[in-house]
Amino acid sequence: MSPTIMLDVVLLALVIIAGIAAIEVRNLFASVMLASIYSLLMACFWTTMDAVDVAYTEAAVGAGISTILLMGALVLTGETEIVRRAVHWPALGACMLVGALLVYGTLDMPKFGDANAPAHVHPIYAGFTKQDIRKDPSGKSHDDNVAAEKAAAHTEAEAHAETAHGHDDYFHGHVPNQVTSVIVAYRAFDTLFETAVIFTAGMGLIVLLRGRRGNPLKGGLL
Amino acid sequence: MKDNPIMRLAVRWNIPFMLIFALYTQAHGELGPGGGFQSGVIVAAAFILYGLVFGGAEMRRVVPRWFTDLLGAVGVLIYAGAGVYAMAMGYEFLDHAALMPSNPGGAEPWGMTIVEYGVGITVFGVMMTIFNEITEGTNPEDNEPTDDSADTEYGS
Repeated sequence: MSPTIMLDVVLLALVIIAGIAAIEVRNLFASVMLASIYSLLMACFWTTMDAVDVAYTEAAVGAGISTILLMGALVLTGETEIVRRAVHWPALGACMLVGALLVYGTLDMPKFGDANAPAHVHPIYAGFTKQDIRKDPSGKSHDDNVAAEKAAAHTEAEAHAETAHGHDDYFHGHVPNQVTSVIVAYRAFDTLFETAVIFTAGMGLIVLLRGRRGNPLKGGLL
Repeated sequence: MKDNPIMRLAVRWNIPFMLIFALYTQAHGELGPGGGFQSGVIVAAAFILYGLVFGGAEMRRVVPRWFTDLLGAVGVLIYAGAGVYAMAMGYEFLDHAALMPSNPGGAEPWGMTIVEYGVGITVFGVMMTIFNEITEGTNPEDNEPTDDSADTEYGS
């Protein structure tokens, strides 16, 4: 077994343990902390999968802000969970069904590390993914590789000058971080309305909650 | 928690690093992992951590409510404004080439940077709003002084 797979197995085992412990533990503060550990382990796992943007978001949102917000919520709820151990079978069934559907959905995705995955063979990005290869089996020096990559990227840019932007710019028309490139340029509308959704959530929270407890209008615009 | 010296010291020493790291994430969104969303979340986490330890009123003294309310809208306006600017210059909505017509490909990172700042500002404002609304009224001493003492009783 390769070290990478062993690391993945250990990390995923710890993720499962942290997840079950977060549900089972009765002290809510401990539960929040275990959920935070769960997110941190998932962030480690995403990093080993080379999905650094996902890992970053998991660490910032899962282990960072949601832990802090849940701790804020703990002030409202108290520290100990009221135990109700009855199993809700329809809920369990629904969870299993959705989980099975998600697993079924992943069957269509390319295998991890597949060199022929669409992300690696797409013409515009092919020039950049060549830079991601960490170990060169041919044993060429770093400078050779850089020169080869530059040549490859240049020809790519020339070949796609009509589809991408011009080839005279520094990034060949696309920024190095493909994730940002996809999110902010290729799917800019999507991200604009995601931002609008976040904004709407905040406004909804103000309309629904502000003034229900305590001082209604002081200190806010609305 | 504000009487606990360990908490005070830990928070005071961590917040500057969190803010610097958030700015780094924001500024390098198009080069490395991260971007506006993560940056906004980290900045909000830094201020909320401050609020958890030193109290909500102290946090709202640093970042007032009207300010975070406003930021939620300002971010979306920056994002949409980048698109409207492109339209005003005769390009398509959100075509960042409008920022630098002589070098359209080089304009894209600039457009992304502006847009990411919009996302970051909105996320920061909304996260602060979430914390403000969740913890509102939980500790009467944390709230702003009120004219009416009945205001601090919730559930009535």
